[in-house]
Amino acid sequence: MSKHDEKKLDAKGSSRRKFLKSSGMAVGGIAVGGALGGLLGMNGKGEQPPTDTATEETQPAQQHDQALEYFTNRADFDLLGQATERIFPEDENGPGAIGLGVPYYIDHQLAGKWGINAKDYRQGPFFDDKTESGGEVRLGGQQEQPYLGYQSQLRYHQVYDLGIEAIEKYSQETFNEGFTALDGEQQDEVLVALENDEVDIPGIKSSFFFNILRQSTLEGAYADPLYGGNKDMQGWKMKEYPGVQLRYKPEQVESKEFIDIKPSSLHTTFNT
Amino acid sequence: MIMVTKLPKTDVVTVGVGWTGGIIAAEASKAGLKVVGLERGGNRGTANFAMKHDELRYAIRGELMQDLSRETLTFRHNRDQRALPMRQYGSFMLGNGVGGAGTHWNGMTDRYNPYDFEIRSKTIERYGEDKIADGLLIQDWGITYDEMEPYYTMFDKMAGISADETPLRGERSEPFPNPALIHGPELGLFKEVTKKMGLDPFTMPAANNSQPYKNPDGQHLATCQMKGFCERFGCEYGAKASPNVTVVPTALKTGNFDLRPHSEVIEVLHKGGRATGVIYVNTRTGERFEQPAEIVAVTSYTFNNNRLLLNSKLGTAYNPETGKGTIGKNYCYQVIVGTDGFFDDRKFNTAIGSGGLGATVDNFNADNFDHTDFDFIHGGSVIINQSGKRPIENNQVPPGTPKWGKEFKNQSIKYYNRSLNVHAYGAVMPHVNNYLDLDPTYKDVHGNPLIRMTFDFSETDRKRGHFLNEKTKTIMQEMGATHVSENTSVEHYDITTYQATHNTGGVIMGADPETSAVNNYLQMWEADNVFVVGGSAYPHQSGYNATHTLAALAYRASEGIINYSKDGGKLA
Ligand SMILES: Cc1cc2nc3c(=O)[nH]c(=O)nc-3n(C[C@H](O)[C@H](O)[C@H](O)COP(=O)(O)OP(=O)(O)OC[C@H]3O[C@@H](n4cnc5c(N)ncnc54)[C@H](O)[C@@H]3O)c2cc1C
Ligand code: SF4
Repeated sequence: MSKHDEKKLDAKGSSRRKFLKSSGMAVGGIAVGGALGGLLGMNGKGEQPPTDTATEETQPAQQHDQALEYFTNRADFDLLGQATERIFPEDENGPGAIGLGVPYYIDHQLAGKWGINAKDYRQGPFFDDKTESGGEVRLGGQQEQPYLGYQSQLRYHQVYDLGIEAIEKYSQETFNEGFTALDGEQQDEVLVALENDEVDIPGIKSSFFFNILRQSTLEGAYADPLYGGNKDMQGWKMKEYPGVQLRYKPEQVESKEFIDIKPSSLHTTFNT
Repeated sequence: MIMVTKLPKTDVVTVGVGWTGGIIAAEASKAGLKVVGLERGGNRGTANFAMKHDELRYAIRGELMQDLSRETLTFRHNRDQRALPMRQYGSFMLGNGVGGAGTHWNGMTDRYNPYDFEIRSKTIERYGEDKIADGLLIQDWGITYDEMEPYYTMFDKMAGISADETPLRGERSEPFPNPALIHGPELGLFKEVTKKMGLDPFTMPAANNSQPYKNPDGQHLATCQMKGFCERFGCEYGAKASPNVTVVPTALKTGNFDLRPHSEVIEVLHKGGRATGVIYVNTRTGERFEQPAEIVAVTSYTFNNNRLLLNSKLGTAYNPETGKGTIGKNYCYQVIVGTDGFFDDRKFNTAIGSGGLGATVDNFNADNFDHTDFDFIHGGSVIINQSGKRPIENNQVPPGTPKWGKEFKNQSIKYYNRSLNVHAYGAVMPHVNNYLDLDPTYKDVHGNPLIRMTFDFSETDRKRGHFLNEKTKTIMQEMGATHVSENTSVEHYDITTYQATHNTGGVIMGADPETSAVNNYLQMWEADNVFVVGGSAYPHQSGYNATHTLAALAYRASEGIINYSKDGGKLA
């Protein structure tokens, strides 16, 4: 029955299990319902009994920004995390989206001014007739409209809400299971459908949501760690990108050979 | 009725304090004129850029750019379509705040070619009138390169331009004030290969200083530290020439310059062919003021130069049906094409660089090659930049690689330091169907109509684009790339992907009031005391970076303003 053929991480790594253990809630795989259950992403499903033996003392220093500012339902956050992980998976190069903290990056962005499109032009009329266009407007006039960029009246946080809901619905309809219960290949199938406009999302084409999800994932992988992703500058390290450097010496500029430069971030700039 | 407070009269008021407004403020205030600089954005300087190494904040979210929630423009490809607002940034970015886009430009500093200023006469002379395709409105600029030369040199000295030789460009009366920037092996490779191909490569002139420099106004510029985060970012060293570290402090030093940030001009007041001043809004308090002035300098970049004139009903709007009128006419952009090259066996430190650092060839630009066998005129500059690659924006992968997933991740990481780009800034010729006017539907935050852009590439622009793309591809292959990207689509202008902030036209200069809006001092034919300064004055868009020419024209306009303040009348 289980289709888990690959190791999958939940969106926050392993700390949920630790919490469950320390809270005593999941012992014996008790089904927890209601708001708390929803928050914990259990929704009545049995949770695997914890097998690790971590204690409070052995946990790494707390990352206080690893909590949710935007999402209210853990299930949504987990779905988002797994989708970003398929887009940017863990591999021999290093961590994937989840390991880099990308889901937190997206959560935090959705809670801020980007999530409400604060710097976009927001006056109507909006021409986002779904039947012809979606986020990409091609309607009107006698001729085909050019691609005019984002024209939907939806704000990005709404796009994410609707997009996540649509992914879940599509997974249920296609595989009779929620997205997070699918194996990696099935999750990819859902994402391909999303990319090819085959998933129904009110108000926008599904490819629009896919593109924005992909873009946010790359942002979270490579933006300064200040924003909650690119954990420990691992995104930069994979790319051999040195991040914030206050100067390069002439011999570095002119070097015929590639030089390794230890990355640095704004935290260092600000605190030294 | 909203209350308007009337202020004491000044000699000169500038609408916007970017490169053009800053230059005029410096020159006019040095000459003893009282200047008020009205800038809709805030003030900022070197001290504000300590935290600027932040790709997300500045490059992706456009921290320093015009807030589109207050004002944008609308766009369509042709007159049969409904224009819709540009709700987010794409093809270009608009400056906002003291220094304008000059605060966060790259610093690539190109003079236009002597051919550009006399494009119509020279094309007819060499190829005959038939060479000019139907629908193109190309015309001479009413000024020659030789007349422009002193003004170009003034900018070179003020900004401390770093460069050596510039083969195939117009002659210079003086050497560049600073030597060319040093560069990495990728530029070396480009130069080596293009030289072998019989071309004439050189390091691009840059406003990012190669050594400490004191300009003729006594302003100091530091040495560029080559750490990228330059284009779209302010310079925390004061090494990139921007209005903030050159002309603005020079103007302030005179005691004649009253700089007012957060002041957005909404109307030029005029009566009987003369401006009397401007109306502006304090964007923080909402208060409205009338600033009377002897001379109004409209220096608010191409789009607002056009919009302000049209909203103020100053000048005659261009009518594409009849060809009559001038304001809004000859809007142009550039056709920008390029090739990514992926090197399996070479690795470059692509993070190292400076905004204006690049190498280029001019062999395919202007009329530097014989166009007899081509069905287009003009061309473009072919460029390799070393501007400091940033990781969110750069995830190029060889053709055929999926856009996401395991293979995408692996290839985008592998090629991050193993890919280079050669591109071309192609000229765009003005066409009867490409113009700016007021949008009938969409408004800004004050309720005033937005400017509407009707623009697409015309047939000869596409041909020029294809031609240049073949050149960038060949050069990349010669450079030894293992894989090269597919050619850029030039079927239609795409407003959603960044190309360059090189928007021009609409208030074009010329010798004839029937076909131009301003004379060669950028003085309006229809209002002697209004000078409209910027890329808005270009009758066509050439194949170069756009700023040096509009800055040179700002020096020329400053001279005109100073002369006009003494004697009045038409300057040309
Ligand atoms: C990211 C980027 C990189 C660039 N790189 C290069 C390069 O390498 N080489 C090159 O040649 N060019 C480059 N450019 C273009 C260059 O910045 C512009 O050509 C130049 O700044 C134009 O000068 P300007 O004075 O006409 O306009 P700006 O410098 O933009 O100044 C106009 C000012 O007017 C203000 N304004 C507008 N409307 C109003 C109003 N109603 N009331 C009051 N104030 C108003 C604006 O806020 C702005 O500050 C680049 C531009 C960008 C955005
Ligand atoms: S690269 Fe040079 S000119 Fe550009 S911001 Fe850095 S120091 Fe200034």
